[in-house]
Amino acid sequence: MIIVVNGQQRDITAGCTGVKLLEELDLTAERIAVERNGEVMNRQTFAACTLAAGDVIEIVRFVGGG
Amino acid sequence: MTDLLTIAGRTFRSRLMIGTGKYATFQQMREALEASGAEIVTVAVRRVNLDRKEESLLDYIDLNRYFLLPNTAGCQTAEEAIRTARLARAAGLSDWVKLEVIPADNTLLPDPIATVEAAKTLVAEGFVVLPYTTDDHTVAKRLLDIGCATVMPFGSAIGTGLGLTSPDRLQRIIEVIGGQVPVVVDAGLGAPSDAALAMELGADAVLINTAIARAGDPVQMARAMAVGVEAGRMAYQARRMGKSAVASPSSPTVGRVGDK
Repeated sequence: MIIVVNGQQRDITAGCTGVKLLEELDLTAERIAVERNGEVMNRQTFAACTLAAGDVIEIVRFVGGG
Repeated sequence: MTDLLTIAGRTFRSRLMIGTGKYATFQQMREALEASGAEIVTVAVRRVNLDRKEESLLDYIDLNRYFLLPNTAGCQTAEEAIRTARLARAAGLSDWVKLEVIPADNTLLPDPIATVEAAKTLVAEGFVVLPYTTDDHTVAKRLLDIGCATVMPFGSAIGTGLGLTSPDRLQRIIEVIGGQVPVVVDAGLGAPSDAALAMELGADAVLINTAIARAGDPVQMARAMAVGVEAGRMAYQARRMGKSAVASPSSPTVGRVGDK
């Protein structure tokens, strides 16, 4: 099934969980926050989600800034 | 006597806040942070790059030593800023946010109306809000009244290094806000003399990024800024002399050699 992560389409297997997606994206060690279909959540909450077709996901982290 | 900066009940020894953008390398940034003595460090919130693995800024910032202040830079509307602030909080470090709402033009000057609007929502959601604002004292007062933890007027536009382009307006903000919440001069400072002047006028702290990151030697400039801030603060506490249009000799006017 297709979801959108940070503006890019991604094909994931049905039943894929947030934690599985973060593993696939190599983000298990990074300090991140996630928005799923407009709802902001922390890593733990997202990790526990079962993703659905058409989900729109934003994954952010801290970068240099003033 | 320890001269502490208190923001929302949290105390800091340093009155210099540092941004983490625009450094040549993370290593250089780390050394500049160290040299500055700063305790509050700003960061931006951005999408993780999924195409290639990038080094993590946080690997270079000791979170036991520095207090991270996420900003909403890049947000052009109140809604975007609120969304970014919520994401920053969800990253789990704190509920502090440096609120920036800057319309899509090349001035990089804040939208005061959208800033007030976003600040109201964020304060109601329990955020500690440190808003970047204009040099207008009425806007500063509004931000104070709705419960912001500081006000952060610009010295001049972001990244210009022009220093304090309207010290009289900054002075007015300090008169109206001073003693209630800290006034932090953010943006546009180019040299330690700019930072010192802001502090002499009674600002509680300054926030500097470009002037350090884009100096020929950022680490040395970080030290220079720290000294500038300290000198300005001490001068403020010492209460400078009044200005006079008339000269006044420093040496005795009597007993000169050859006096009749």
